[in-house]
Amino acid sequence: MTTLLQVKGLSAWYGPIRALYDLDLTIEQGGVTALLGANGAGKTTTLRAICNMIRRTGTTIFDGTDISRMTTEDIVRLGIGQVPEGRGTFTGLTVEENLRLAFHVRKDRTASRRDMEMVLALFPRLRERIQQQAGTLSGGEQQMLAIGRALMLRPRLMLLDEPSFGLAPLIVREIFRILRVINETERVSMLIVEQNAALALELADHVFLLETGRVVTSGPSRMVRDDEALRRAYLGY
Amino acid sequence: MEFFIQQVVAGLTSGAIYACVALGLVMIYVSTDHINFAQGEMAMFATYLAWAMIDAGLPYWVAFALTILIAFAGGLFIQRVILKPFETAPVLSLVVCFIALLSFFNALAGMIWSYTIKQFPTPFPAKDLFGGGLVSIQQMGVVAVTLMMLGILTIFFRYTTLGLAMRAAAQNPASARLMGVRVSWMLALGWGLAAAIGAVAGMLVAPIVFLDPNMMTGILVYGFAGALVGGIGNPMGAVAGGFIVGVLENLVGSYLIGNELKLTFALMIVIGVLLLKPAGLFGRVIVKRV
Repeated sequence: MTTLLQVKGLSAWYGPIRALYDLDLTIEQGGVTALLGANGAGKTTTLRAICNMIRRTGTTIFDGTDISRMTTEDIVRLGIGQVPEGRGTFTGLTVEENLRLAFHVRKDRTASRRDMEMVLALFPRLRERIQQQAGTLSGGEQQMLAIGRALMLRPRLMLLDEPSFGLAPLIVREIFRILRVINETERVSMLIVEQNAALALELADHVFLLETGRVVTSGPSRMVRDDEALRRAYLGY
Repeated sequence: MEFFIQQVVAGLTSGAIYACVALGLVMIYVSTDHINFAQGEMAMFATYLAWAMIDAGLPYWVAFALTILIAFAGGLFIQRVILKPFETAPVLSLVVCFIALLSFFNALAGMIWSYTIKQFPTPFPAKDLFGGGLVSIQQMGVVAVTLMMLGILTIFFRYTTLGLAMRAAAQNPASARLMGVRVSWMLALGWGLAAAIGAVAGMLVAPIVFLDPNMMTGILVYGFAGALVGGIGNPMGAVAGGFIVGVLENLVGSYLIGNELKLTFALMIVIGVLLLKPAGLFGRVIVKRV
């Protein structure tokens, strides 16, 4: 396996408050990596820092390119799609416009149209609501829209911030099933942040455990699943 | 009756100009959430550039097109160079900045071209459209140019991906960045468009009120009233609002309060709309799930 994203010595701040301490992460090509930990451990911050959305130091290398000092826009254009906390819906635009926004960055019009078709096939609910104002979608539909929007960019790596947040268990199942399809058939590598550790461990093949801005342990998800002491201490189940 | 129709037509003509000014205001409002107080003075300055070009012997429409291009570049430049450092500043700092721009352009125009009024040519012949002294070609020309501009902008925002990216950047900058949109440049583009629209408004109004550094002061208030009546976030509403304000102002002026108090009427509209219907007549109240 080859390394897709290498993070070295990543630190981040919110104003004067330090949120990450010299984080090291490696994300393999083709896999699903989970970032787990309690509230305030720095999971969301890590995703934001990778995309340079906050003040940070350290090195991030994406597929051989140093992206440490690039703007968020350029990082995204390079192939990192983020499904942000709160879903980032463009509430005043229609569902179609939300998805079509990717056409602004992508120059391959035919392939973009094909990808739109692919997204709508993955999320039939979005097709039903295609002309609806996105702000009127339910929480689950907005989460689908957020994933679909990121997917429209044809990213090689997708960063997902709590895709299960605030959703009914049935919808969560559905979304995680689709995430697996995206990973396997569309060959999109993923870094996923989750509160719902059991769920994330099912999908992920590799895990990083965070506590107060530091990596406490990492390894294959099987290892974390089987280690009861570790699970109790950090994941609470 | 004839007098009434004449007043309505005259109202539509000035309404068209208010509509242009309102469009410029809306353009900056939707892309940055701010009201550009310097919109009028920027338009006035662009009109002086057009005057200088025509004075130097350029044909009217060449000067017209060149002025729009220069105004667009100027708007872009103002955002990139002067306003960019204020991108994260509180709103009051920006207001001060806008007022500074206003007095700067006013003084600069006075310095270069003096404060004496100048005549500005019109491309439309001074003839009646149907005869009978009701509607002149000049008046209809002004209305037509405004509607054409609205059409172009509507197509741009609704059917091009660049227009879509501008709307997205205005609505949710953080999320737009995550879609690869260069948000800061979208704001600059908004300023460029607003300045270009302003330039058209200036060139349309100058033949009617004559060109001088203070020519846009009152018109900006009417334009602002128009934008508010139509709903400040809605280009189509802004144009409709501009026409409504133009016609109302003219009728109220000629039948009720006289010409001297017309500007007061515009201010009353501003206050009335803000009190009774802040979203304006055509403003969409964005439905949001909470």
